[in-house]
Amino acid sequence: MREELLKIIERNSRIDLKELAVILGVEEIAVVNELQALEEEGIICGYHTMIDWEKTSIEKVSALIEVRVTPQRGQGFDNIAERIYKYPEVTSVYLISGGYDLLVTLEGKSLKEISGFVSDKLSTLDSVLSTATHFILKKYKDHGTILTKKCEDTREKVSP
Amino acid sequence: MKDMLSKQAVGLKPSGIRKFFDIVSEMEDAISLGVGEPDFDTPWHIRDEGIYSLEKGRTFYTSNSGLTELRQEISNYIKRKQGVVYDPLHEVLITVGGSEAIDIGLRAVINPGDEVLIPQPSFVSYEPCAIMAGAVPVIIELKEENEFRLTAKELEDAITEKTKILILPFPNNPTGAIMERKDLEAIAEVIRKHDILVMSDEIYAELTYKDKHVSIVEMEGMRERTILINGFSKAYAMTGWRLGYACGPREILEQMTKLHQFAIMCAPTTSQYAAVEALRNGDDDVREMSMAYNQRRRYLMNAFREMKLTCFEPFGAFYVFPCIKEFGMTSEEFAERFLAEEKVAVVPGTAFGDCGEGYLRISYAYSMDNLKLAIGKLADFVTRLRQNGK
Repeated sequence: MREELLKIIERNSRIDLKELAVILGVEEIAVVNELQALEEEGIICGYHTMIDWEKTSIEKVSALIEVRVTPQRGQGFDNIAERIYKYPEVTSVYLISGGYDLLVTLEGKSLKEISGFVSDKLSTLDSVLSTATHFILKKYKDHGTILTKKCEDTREKVSP
Repeated sequence: MKDMLSKQAVGLKPSGIRKFFDIVSEMEDAISLGVGEPDFDTPWHIRDEGIYSLEKGRTFYTSNSGLTELRQEISNYIKRKQGVVYDPLHEVLITVGGSEAIDIGLRAVINPGDEVLIPQPSFVSYEPCAIMAGAVPVIIELKEENEFRLTAKELEDAITEKTKILILPFPNNPTGAIMERKDLEAIAEVIRKHDILVMSDEIYAELTYKDKHVSIVEMEGMRERTILINGFSKAYAMTGWRLGYACGPREILEQMTKLHQFAIMCAPTTSQYAAVEALRNGDDDVREMSMAYNQRRRYLMNAFREMKLTCFEPFGAFYVFPCIKEFGMTSEEFAERFLAEEKVAVVPGTAFGDCGEGYLRISYAYSMDNLKLAIGKLADFVTRLRQNGK
């Protein structure tokens, strides 16, 4: 049940418990217990809402920043990653294989705010060797959800 | 011109679905639960392979039987799933949907006056195809008390000296019924005893929600007397690609290939390339879709329990077949009133044979949101009927 449950709530964390129990074919109490276990084990880390800020009047700019760093003895990349992820404007930090080390995603109110963060805070960190900032111009798909268009049911209404 | 038309063609009853379709398509805002095809798009990697084949200029006929690599993949697939081996060169034929395989399969084995056993409720094509092949269709009426499975007794009772072939349509459209190993073993015994053929239409084989699908060809002595039909429409959500296949003993497949060659030439080339990709890399897609169908199936069964609507639990395809006999209306009356009053389309069970009277086919090839909306309306409608004492 675990994998199926996770797949469902990954798509819709607002689904109610009763419905969840019905479509999984188990008792409601079993679902409650499993969710609790998943939370305790840190497998479920949160229940966020996906927002297309583009459609609001609130200005938001997001950027992906490639960061090359010098790993520290005994710490690897963890220390520097922590120094970066503690900034609230940083929405994610990944350690990446390939041409650079950390991929940082950032959300700010304006281009200026983001470039300010990169030049004042990120680049000045001791172990940061270089950064490359990519501003996001348009989100087509995010978290497995297509943002640009609604799908329509184009099937014939009745068929054998 | 006098006698312009074929008496046999004119004599065929038009599909009961067609009639209902005409009513529904005139209603702009109707919600439908009447569709017999998946709501999922064909998985992108499969579509992409089709597009790629066009880009590469693979736009010619394939051999009559179909691409060798596709037949090889089908042979591998059946070996993997059913443990039965078909020679890809002589015992696999690629057809235009499972429908074509039904048609030419019957025409390949029927002589005038032969009887074809057709369990109903079932897909709308078997009876007309049998008639056009010159056979006499003999209907076996399946019963809800048997969960709409075919029993050995029902089969035995229907067999005569003229019986040529049994059509075995499981997992079943419209009932969602399946046949388990024990059911098939009992059927196979009767088949062997009377020395008749079987056409096993397993187009919904990937969509079962109990145990893994079992095929009649796995039973002793059945491979050599069975035309196995399957296709890509339901498992891989590829209805519009029109691609199916038949497997069977070489003698029968030779005749089918001849009919196919003269009537069709070959199945669509683009679809065949896409299908190779489906069989090679489509297992995860099938699993995901099947999981989603199963969730909806459970949702519907629970909704019926809550509104106290009788419905046996189906374990296959993507249909439920609730009983509406308590309302004292025919299936058609119920479906028409439900459509007129709540704007929800369901298909009357009678579209799949007279013994579908008293039942509705509800498809769950719809998003959960759509199902909830429609089932809410069904609950309202049922409550209203009960309150009005009718």
